[in-house]
Amino acid sequence: MARMKFICDAERCIECNGCVTACKNEHEVPWGVNRRRVVTLNDGVPGEKSISVACMHCSDAPCMAVCPVNCFYKTDEGVVLHDKDVCIGCGYCSYACPFGAPQFPSQGTFGVRGKMDKCTFCAGGPEENGSKAEFEKYGRNRLAEGKLPACAEMCSTKALLAGDGDVVADILRNRVVQRGKGAEVWGWGTAYGSKKAGQAPETGAKS
Amino acid sequence: MMRSLVVLAALATLVACGEKPQALGLPKSDSPVSAGTGSNFTAPGWKAGDKASWEQHLKARQQNSQNDYSRMN
Repeated sequence: MARMKFICDAERCIECNGCVTACKNEHEVPWGVNRRRVVTLNDGVPGEKSISVACMHCSDAPCMAVCPVNCFYKTDEGVVLHDKDVCIGCGYCSYACPFGAPQFPSQGTFGVRGKMDKCTFCAGGPEENGSKAEFEKYGRNRLAEGKLPACAEMCSTKALLAGDGDVVADILRNRVVQRGKGAEVWGWGTAYGSKKAGQAPETGAKS
Repeated sequence: MMRSLVVLAALATLVACGEKPQALGLPKSDSPVSAGTGSNFTAPGWKAGDKASWEQHLKARQQNSQNDYSRMN
């Protein structure tokens, strides 16, 4: 199996915030913390585009590189997780992350000591799979239940794709071929290391 | 006698100069997700503990739930 990846198809995202709601509900995420959010580019302008953003579980995660207490780890499936018992809440990861994923709650279930909180790809944390301790700190472990992340499974237009990177790429490639546009997916290059990251689209390409 | 006392005193003083280990506490190891949770909410169709079965199940679930071209055509 290839590593787990997220991608949001901006041609399909209708800014319904179903992914945000699914995430908050599934993991009982407290007020003030948004593991996932929908960002609209050129809001109000004809042709505006929306994307759903959370931790992308980067191939070469900058948060892991800057953490002074080494609280991050990567699973065999490529999911970037962290240990809240080790986190000191310094916020370095927040500055390093290109997606603004790390959250620092100040109260509630996760926030008594200001530990960082972020999307876990619905894979929990270092506690025992499916345990109460894991749920209280990290939320539900859907991967261990044989399910995909709640945000992607709840997406009404299937704009948000999550799971095996090869399958995600296949689904998106098929869509692009069928509709003839929308190959430029935000975040893919930044998170997973495309050589075309940050480059302008080719001249004459449809957007 | 005096000399050995001085040596002992010097050794005892030097002990305080020793440095405590500063190695980082590594994160706890996580059990693989393919091991399952044993909960009643587990999706049927795969065997907990069998990684290949878990991968196959997840790929099929991904195709069925996210690839609407293959679902509808």
